[in-house]
Amino acid sequence: MHSFGHRLNGLLTFSVTILAIMCAIASLSDNLNTPSPTAEIKIMNINWFQKQPQGNDEVSLTMNISADLQSLFTWNTKQLFIFVAAEYETPKNSLNQVSLWDAIIPAKEHAKFWIHTSNKYRFVDQGNNLRGKKFNLTLHWHVMPKTGKMFADKIVMAGYSFPEEYR
Amino acid sequence: MVISSALIIWKGLIYITGSESPVVVVLSGSMEPGFKRGDILFLNMNKDPIRAGQIVVFNDGRDVPIVHRVIEVHEQRDSKEADILTKGDANPHDDRMLYTSSNRWLQRKYIMGRAVGFLPYVGWLTIIMTDKPII
Repeated sequence: MHSFGHRLNGLLTFSVTILAIMCAIASLSDNLNTPSPTAEIKIMNINWFQKQPQGNDEVSLTMNISADLQSLFTWNTKQLFIFVAAEYETPKNSLNQVSLWDAIIPAKEHAKFWIHTSNKYRFVDQGNNLRGKKFNLTLHWHVMPKTGKMFADKIVMAGYSFPEEYR
Repeated sequence: MVISSALIIWKGLIYITGSESPVVVVLSGSMEPGFKRGDILFLNMNKDPIRAGQIVVFNDGRDVPIVHRVIEVHEQRDSKEADILTKGDANPHDDRMLYTSSNRWLQRKYIMGRAVGFLPYVGWLTIIMTDKPII
């Protein structure tokens, strides 16, 4: 270590390595957390259910979404990204997932909530298969950390179905 | 020392994650407040199917790849090919307008990887290093 350049190089490598190790430890501490989230979604109303001119079914619905996701937050959590998706199958597709609503929860205090909302994003099928079809509503969450590994999981709520006829 | 350790880590990551570009720098603000410009994302590309909610990096023939979240998946029964729609968390609309060659859906072949972890601010180092290669 005889020149300024060498010393700066050594210092930089060392400090970046230490920082990286600290970030890795911060991320590993998230594994110690055992979350116990709960959620419930009730469909209050099917606002309308039509077939578009191009032949695809579209539905608009209003839901009550309530959840307690406070146990997912750790000191290393920056935010929680949550979304509600409808999942169903059709003759052509083995799986369809359509996101209906999403939100960002920036802090633990906001993680226990109740919201009455219609679908934020249009629910359009690939085709016209929705009449009378059963579907699941899943609440997904994505834990975005301040640094490190992201976790994602979901709660599946089954037993919903579309009306038999367009309205 | 910095360069050789960076190279070792880079090659190691390529091997572990099975992706050709295991680390990307976030260049736009369309995923805020989760990812800001200058953050680094660690990617993973395994054979698991693409599902809604995953954050994917895709490039369908544009200058820079885009990091957005999958909001719709329609997976076909027989071929197992899937039609995918993405949207940036901070964008009001989905990415349909962005897809090149007037595709209405994205396909798995355009997806370079899924984001599994992230480091804040470190990407600025890469942005600086590419601007001033002397360092």
